[in-house]
Amino acid sequence: MAALALEEIVVPLRTFTLRLTFAVDSAIALVGPSGAGKTTVLRAIAGLVRPESGRITSNGEVWFDAAMDVSLPPDRRRVGLVFQDYALFPHLSVRQNIEYARHRSADEYLDRFSIRHLERARPSDLSGGERQRVALARALAREPDVLLLDEPLSALDAHTKAGVRAELHDVLRGLGIPVLLVTHDFEDAAALADRVGVIVAGELRQIGAPGDLVAQPSDSFVASFTGANLLNGYGERADGVTRVRLLDGTVVTTADEAQGEVVLAVYPWDITVSTVVPNDSAMNLINAPIRRIAEFGNRIRVTIGPVSAEITEESLRRLGLEVGQSVYASFKATGTRVVA
Amino acid sequence: MKRALVACFVTVVCVVTLAFLALPIVAIFAHTTPGHLIDQLSNPVVRDALVVSLKTSLIAQALIVCFGTPTAYLLATRRFFGHSVAITLVELPLVLPPAVAGIALLAAFGRLGLFGSTLDALGLTLPFTQTAVTIAVAYVASPLYIRQAIAAFEATDPNLTAASRTLGAGPTRTFFRVVLPLARGGLIAGLALSFARGLGEFGATIMFAGSLQRVTQTLPLAIYAEFDRNFNATLAMSGVLVLLSVALLLGLRIGLTWQRSPSKRSLYLFGPSPSG
Repeated sequence: MAALALEEIVVPLRTFTLRLTFAVDSAIALVGPSGAGKTTVLRAIAGLVRPESGRITSNGEVWFDAAMDVSLPPDRRRVGLVFQDYALFPHLSVRQNIEYARHRSADEYLDRFSIRHLERARPSDLSGGERQRVALARALAREPDVLLLDEPLSALDAHTKAGVRAELHDVLRGLGIPVLLVTHDFEDAAALADRVGVIVAGELRQIGAPGDLVAQPSDSFVASFTGANLLNGYGERADGVTRVRLLDGTVVTTADEAQGEVVLAVYPWDITVSTVVPNDSAMNLINAPIRRIAEFGNRIRVTIGPVSAEITEESLRRLGLEVGQSVYASFKATGTRVVA
Repeated sequence: MKRALVACFVTVVCVVTLAFLALPIVAIFAHTTPGHLIDQLSNPVVRDALVVSLKTSLIAQALIVCFGTPTAYLLATRRFFGHSVAITLVELPLVLPPAVAGIALLAAFGRLGLFGSTLDALGLTLPFTQTAVTIAVAYVASPLYIRQAIAAFEATDPNLTAASRTLGAGPTRTFFRVVLPLARGGLIAGLALSFARGLGEFGATIMFAGSLQRVTQTLPLAIYAEFDRNFNATLAMSGVLVLLSVALLLGLRIGLTWQRSPSKRSLYLFGPSPSG
């Protein structure tokens, strides 16, 4: 049984109605444009918003059930919620903020999140990354059964973001409780969660592993929103470029600097598919059989080895592509970005 | 050249305004020697008025805080049918002429008033007692506290109360550990304003409670009564009220600074806060 389950949750919002059914057993990210109802989902789970109907359970414990007229107040749901602006108490020190949830010493959490040196500081004196660590420590100090994160990286500048994302990734891995995070950034979602759900106007369009969403989007909205292929590998710097060895042995070259474990992003529409070895400036060439051809509208996603390329229906017909056929996917080193 | 003229003009206007505001205050203390003013404090009329004023003000303010704080919190955080009517009701005494407030209180609690017979049956007579002074003060001063308290409660980030709830704190703990500390500055400022208004209360008190020395004669009423009998005594009482007002104004400024930067505890009163 899933640890956290939402069954036919209905929340009327201003311009649309949120309708959701899904379960969270590991780390799931809901991704969608702003105003899609993402934050409302978290607030409904935490008990800050009362759905019109439906049922929310955690480990079999009923938190909300419209039919049974059950709705536990937020303080009786074992839930950790990290707010988008972190919502740290401005009149309390870092230590007091953490002990607010705990009624006991915050020592364990100050050490675990390397914030002991900040224990006497007020939230207004902290940097964005530090605030996030304190907010996370505070939410976890409650020893929740479920962790909810609202746009955990949006309050950070681009420079801090990469570091914090890697840090957060490690923390979430080690928790052992269901994690639900919402974000408008597919790359953040794919980097932090095992499964990603795309939510538009209160409706869950598709949910799956990030690679599956890129390879086989259910509709054009998911396709445009999911964006990049994300490639995990090990990077080494040489001759002014970074060579990244992927898990399947493919080596990809990127113009970005990186060293060690990296995640590379490359957009499907930046990848060219050809049946013969192309003679152009692209530094990356993958030769592999076509694994899958997925159609949505007049656009086609063709999965070749570790990447999915997006081509038009006309190109598909002209090249006569079929599943299993050996083809070349090429993309430029400057078309890739190191995202983690 | 033109800019220099404008600057000169503005400076002169500013000096005239400040002088206009300061001169009467200075005159109170300049008219007689400080020693003479202190001597007047042993005058029984002055002493009685001071005791009546402080006693009724303290009781009235305590009542305002006890009843006004929960009322303000409810009005700030909940929207319900009749909300704007309730807000208007809270603000009404603020715009009501004090004499009208006095008549209204008489009409409600006077012997021939709305609740007169009920109070009579209980053996209570309110008009022209010290209780009447307290009621009049509470009636006219409460809007200043409640309005400021509503503003202070509305200014607290609802995400912080939500965070407190998700961290396992119930509504009561959330109120005392999060809402109250964050609104504290605004509440202190409101209390200072309300206290100042209550101390200066004249119209409603004289209508509803009269002006009996040792019973209902507050400082402003005593100033009026002594005005053509013992001018020095009125000056002494005015001096006391000025000092009290200055103390309350300081309280107000401290409160407002606190409210603005709850994390800094800045005690800068008349300058930019050190946080910039």
